Amino acid sequence: MRFRFTEVAIDTQAARRDLLDRGAGGYVSFEGWVRDHNEGQDVTRLEYEAFQALAVKEGERILSEALQRFPIKHAVCIHRVGSLDLSDMAVWVGVSAAHRGEAFDACRYIIDEVKHRVPIWKKEHYRSGDSGWVNCERCAAAPHHSHDHGHNAA
Amino acid sequence: MSSTAAAVYSAAAPVYGLILAGGASSRMRRDKAALLYQGKSQLDRAFELASRHVAKVFVSVRGDQKTEPTRAQKPLIVDSVDGEGPIVGIRSALTDYPGVAWLVLACDLPFLSDAALEQLLAERDPSVLATAYVSAYDGLPEPLCAVWEPAAAPALSAYQSAGGHCPRKFLRRHPARLIEPRDRHALDNVNTPEEYATAQGALHSYVHTSPMQLKIQYFALMREQAGRSEETLETSAATPADLFSELNARYAFTLSREQLKVAVNSEFSEWSRPLIAGDAVVFIPPVAGG
Repeated sequence: MRFRFTEVAIDTQAARRDLLDRGAGGYVSFEGWVRDHNEGQDVTRLEYEAFQALAVKEGERILSEALQRFPIKHAVCIHRVGSLDLSDMAVWVGVSAAHRGEAFDACRYIIDEVKHRVPIWKKEHYRSGDSGWVNCERCAAAPHHSHDHGHNAA
Repeated sequence: MSSTAAAVYSAAAPVYGLILAGGASSRMRRDKAALLYQGKSQLDRAFELASRHVAKVFVSVRGDQKTEPTRAQKPLIVDSVDGEGPIVGIRSALTDYPGVAWLVLACDLPFLSDAALEQLLAERDPSVLATAYVSAYDGLPEPLCAVWEPAAAPALSAYQSAGGHCPRKFLRRHPARLIEPRDRHALDNVNTPEEYATAQGALHSYVHTSPMQLKIQYFALMREQAGRSEETLETSAATPADLFSELNARYAFTLSREQLKVAVNSEFSEWSRPLIAGDAVVFIPPVAGG
């Protein structure tokens, strides 16, 4: 699968090999890392959970869209699930293309769509001892808050 | 299997959906396509139903219906051949998209189910002109719940040129595969205000008097608040919206329905989709990947 989950560290060297193509002049990748703060709180670790049966379908749809919209060669996205520490890689996107411009554009498109559409959830654990599901706890207090814009840039 | 049969089978045309919504609805005295069942127009229901089984779905309309609001939001096939009645809609689709077979559905079949379409498509025979259900009442073919093959186009044209206009009579005189629906009410249609009232009542009592088993999976915040990752539930909830109300009464979720999306059988779904026994439902809280 071009979109997949892993419970262990993402092997970017292996993933990069899926992008190799003699017609490609380069590749662009994006790594999302676990950050030590969000919304004014000190974050100590994260847990990711996914509804994988649907998430893989939606992720594949996003990669297909990118391949249709941009003249690129290959696109791959790998997302972690489970418990992650600070600076761990949570998500990896790689795109190869004949030219760099399309590779950058497609990579940006994929990570943006993945964050908004794929059923993956992130629970933050804070230094204060609290924890919370990102985009869910504050939504519950503010019913008109939109789902779609993640607060927590990966 | 002979090589000829294999060739025929491998050459089976792709199937698109065609919802017939060009009727004048003279007996109903109002637009049948816009009639509501469980809050959704007949046209929307038929369109969504077909969309779950074929790659593309179009609405067949007369030229003067192109801008009518119930229809204008959908991909349309406007009548392109002369004549009147559903045969014109079927011929127009076959003419506009050569090489495509059409799952043709009348929009006035409120009892039509996913299971009925699955059966029709599974038992489709691409080597004849059409695969159609036969009515459980009169044993006659039902041309408006049928798969029409590309090869039907010239035969339909010749039939119309010879003065024919009834697709049911056409099917009786041409090679077609006729199959019996497992649910004898699946093809009950609705042509009068009285039948409409009866059908609404029947749908209501059907869904509310027959409890069924559903599987519900929970993720993230919903999992924590339900205190479980999945359960099998005996319920009479007709739709995901009803099911959410029932479960919310039990678990007091902090997220409201407006903040959630819903999936049925691992695909995003409308809240108003009719549920059937064995469906697996997931309520999807706001996502936060990346």
